[in-house]
Amino acid sequence: MTGTLVEVDDLKVHFPIRRGVVLDRTIGYVYAVDGVDLAIRRGETYGLVGESGCGKSTLGRAMLKLTPPTAGRVVFDGIDLSTMRGERLRTMRRRMQMVFQDPMSSLDPRQSVESLLVEGMRAHGLDTGREATTKRLRSLLSSVGLPSTSLRRYPHEFSGGQRQRIGIARALTVEPELIVADEPVSALDVSVQAQVINLLEDLQREFGLTYLVIAHDLAVVRHICDRVGVMYLGGLVEETTSDQLYAEPLHPYTRALLSAVPVPDPVLEDRRERVLLTGDLPSPANPPSGCRFHTRCPWRQQQRCDTERPVLREIAPGHRAACHFAEDIRAGRIHPHEVRAELVEQGGEGMRVDDPLAGPASITEALGP
Amino acid sequence: MTARTDKIDELAQRAAESDAGVSLAAAAWRRLRRNPVFLVGAGIVVLFVVLAILSPLLAAHDPADPMLGDQVVRARNEIPPPQPGHPLGGDQVGRDLLSRLLVGAQQTLLVGVLATLIGLAGGLVLGTLAGALSGWVDTVVMRAVDVMLSIPGLLLAVSIGALFAQPNQYTVILAVAIVQIPVFARLLRGSMLAQRHSDHVLAARALGVRQRAIVFRHMLPNSLGPVIVQATLVLAIAIIEAAGLSFLGLGNPDDRLPEWGQMLGQAQNVIDSHPQLAFWPAGCIIVVALGFTLVGESLREALDPKSRR
Amino acid sequence: MALLEVRDLSVVFRSRGHQRTGEQPVAAVDGVSFDVAPGQTVGLVGESGCGKSVTAMSIMGLLPKRGNQVTGSARFDGTELLSLSDRQMRDRRGRDLGMVFQDPLSSLNPVVPIGLQVTEVLERHQGTPRKQAAMEAAELLDKVGIPDPRRRLSEYPHQLSGGMRQRALIAIALACRPRLLIADEPTTALDVTIQAQILALLAELVRDTGTALIMITHDLGVVAGLCDEVNVLYAGRVVERAKRHDLFAAPRHPYTHGLLSSIPRLDSPRGERLVPIKGSVADNIPWQNGCAFAPRCPNAIDTCVEVTPEMAVDPLVSRRLLRCHNPVTATQREALT
Repeated sequence: MTGTLVEVDDLKVHFPIRRGVVLDRTIGYVYAVDGVDLAIRRGETYGLVGESGCGKSTLGRAMLKLTPPTAGRVVFDGIDLSTMRGERLRTMRRRMQMVFQDPMSSLDPRQSVESLLVEGMRAHGLDTGREATTKRLRSLLSSVGLPSTSLRRYPHEFSGGQRQRIGIARALTVEPELIVADEPVSALDVSVQAQVINLLEDLQREFGLTYLVIAHDLAVVRHICDRVGVMYLGGLVEETTSDQLYAEPLHPYTRALLSAVPVPDPVLEDRRERVLLTGDLPSPANPPSGCRFHTRCPWRQQQRCDTERPVLREIAPGHRAACHFAEDIRAGRIHPHEVRAELVEQGGEGMRVDDPLAGPASITEALGP
Repeated sequence: MTARTDKIDELAQRAAESDAGVSLAAAAWRRLRRNPVFLVGAGIVVLFVVLAILSPLLAAHDPADPMLGDQVVRARNEIPPPQPGHPLGGDQVGRDLLSRLLVGAQQTLLVGVLATLIGLAGGLVLGTLAGALSGWVDTVVMRAVDVMLSIPGLLLAVSIGALFAQPNQYTVILAVAIVQIPVFARLLRGSMLAQRHSDHVLAARALGVRQRAIVFRHMLPNSLGPVIVQATLVLAIAIIEAAGLSFLGLGNPDDRLPEWGQMLGQAQNVIDSHPQLAFWPAGCIIVVALGFTLVGESLREALDPKSRR
Repeated sequence: MALLEVRDLSVVFRSRGHQRTGEQPVAAVDGVSFDVAPGQTVGLVGESGCGKSVTAMSIMGLLPKRGNQVTGSARFDGTELLSLSDRQMRDRRGRDLGMVFQDPLSSLNPVVPIGLQVTEVLERHQGTPRKQAAMEAAELLDKVGIPDPRRRLSEYPHQLSGGMRQRALIAIALACRPRLLIADEPTTALDVTIQAQILALLAELVRDTGTALIMITHDLGVVAGLCDEVNVLYAGRVVERAKRHDLFAAPRHPYTHGLLSSIPRLDSPRGERLVPIKGSVADNIPWQNGCAFAPRCPNAIDTCVEVTPEMAVDPLVSRRLLRCHNPVTATQREALT
């Protein structure tokens, strides 16, 4: 069961910014994903966290080739997806599925639950007979905790949590190995989130799934993921096991992120020391030179930070970080200082990505922060 | 313990029974059925459709027969007044006005419905092509559509109508239909594009569903709502435009088969002395167009996802 | 002496034509009472549909008159807000009462520069001369942490980032130094690092200006760091009210307890299974039939579906109000942790 299932090698996704009335001219790029290396092991849950506009959703979609990568490779179970197209790619999709953030918009409102679920099976020839299919759908529904009477119903007749269960069941119909879950619980009510999180964990055990969970909520990611990658402006800045990340974050951005998450414990909240970041996320169309984080980094140093882009390197076993001074910060040799907020220009470029299927994963990515 | 669980079960049961498997269309119909605007509009439309279908039976007289011709006095500009057997009197050549209106309903509705259907079909093909294929197909189709849309509708219909050497009923239908094609094409392409960006289409793609199935199972059905609404509104416009063409003399020259627009056109010569000849066909056109517009507006309201509860 | 006294506030939505269709009018807020003292931060916590936002809107007089029936009372400094005319209410808003919304982009006027939107309030409510208003506006933007405020005055909302827009909105709400600020999910649309900035800003403002703050949120973490007193709402009613430390140390209502044990938290050991609340809001029963939460409640007893629980002082823990027949006990909490 061990071994690498997905390997991402220097993956880049740049969305062209087009302008023009009749003929579109490319006047720049949104560097949504800009050189990411990572590997997901079979059977593990890998988490991608970061704030809106950091490129995590785009990375997830590029890994499934739902958004064409600009450069780099995605290798799934030894098969290079980068060169794959057409029918071969389509059949390949059976092995890697996606669960979406908004369970309402990701379910076709005009299809009954049954036809939503049968669709994928039919596309891959798994629909072998009426009786067998119905049996399978019923067992799937019970796996995700929905009554079997749901088959004849329509998505709008379900609550948010139940819709997300339908979305998960749909992904499972084709017996995938990898499931990319893009913010699977953030659209749900607090009391329902736990149900879906537990369900994802149960299904992983039941079907031996590998997950890539994309989320902005660090508490959720920490809870379900074995390893976590932190993204900032299109690049991975830190990657390690979930426990290690929370125990000893090495990258200044991770530190800030962790200290910003509110904890439902007043005693802890009152005592906590916050690393408050000043200013906003720079525009991914015009990323800062050197380290992308240097404009907001409280540990920024005079040399290197604004000129040389740090690579993700192993600082402790299994713990990678992209910071020139990670060791010094860890050892307490350099201390945080005041940062003056820099102006971030908004929307001046008027980014308009016309090509729909090469489009950004989310509005926030098209518009910057 | 039992009292509690029983009660909860009972409540759950009641909730479950209330709506099992209501599709979007069924839910829209439920809302529509309660909407007074729709009921009025549908009432008008049904009334006229029934009249049109039954007009050969209802019309007491042959609409082409100038049976009251003897009461027409050209010199004194007299036409037959309402009289027993002819409640609306006769027209300027002495034909029974009521019979002409009734038979005219059939012709007018036929022109309107056929023109809309042809326009809808053309728009569906072009819009689906543009919306599904995108790329250069989209560019070519949409530029052509833009050019057509830049010409005012009636003017375009008149130009197309004038191309035919011998105008008749079918040239009118065709001219009006062609004018409607770009409207439908544009609308459909717009909502197809929105569908294309939607999560559920992406989900289908991620599932590995074939492109064709995505277009015809997901994108097209979900894009049709606004197009159907537009079709009912276009029906009203088509009737008015067809009437306009007939009025301008680009309609069926054979006035033995009456049509409201044509009747209106002929009435203009005597409008000063006999406004009733224009009043009746004009009134019919307005009421029918209103009926279709009301149906269309209430459909729009019912299909609007925001009004769903 | 409370600055704001809300008593038995109810809001009933009457959908258009409900008589014709025979639909029951929906009570979005069903008898909510709470007090806010000057300089105090009071939290209204609950999930979507629990009535927390509607409560705020009705206090601010922002609910459309048509189709909504607001009853009860909301006394601000002795004045009954619910009986004020539209005009009097407009006068109060901005001067005595400020509000910050969830989505800063849609609550700012997109075609008016930020500066003008701030000075407008100053000119209208305080009659500040234009020149001075511009200076004050720049000061306000500076105070809420917008860099280079003079330049920002002439910019439009779309030119600012989400966090900056929220700051601008706070600046507008604060322009006339309101005595009560209502923040309705002010950080929900923002990223965590920006959320931390905004929360720090709000805490600082309350400390420095003595403004009372009503914080409306679904995030218990936000409440834990900011609020003095917390009201937990469920299905239009307050089900538990306690001081912040008391509430989080020992939640007594099964709903509060369920919420706290169902969210993954950064400070708890990993690998622990979450304990979700079963079902969804759709399973609620009407309050008239008992406790709305009963169908989802692990602690429910027969009484829960027969007698509507009343808000009462907790027999075990004083300083706390509770609407429950069978609250969570210390032993139950132990069993879970």
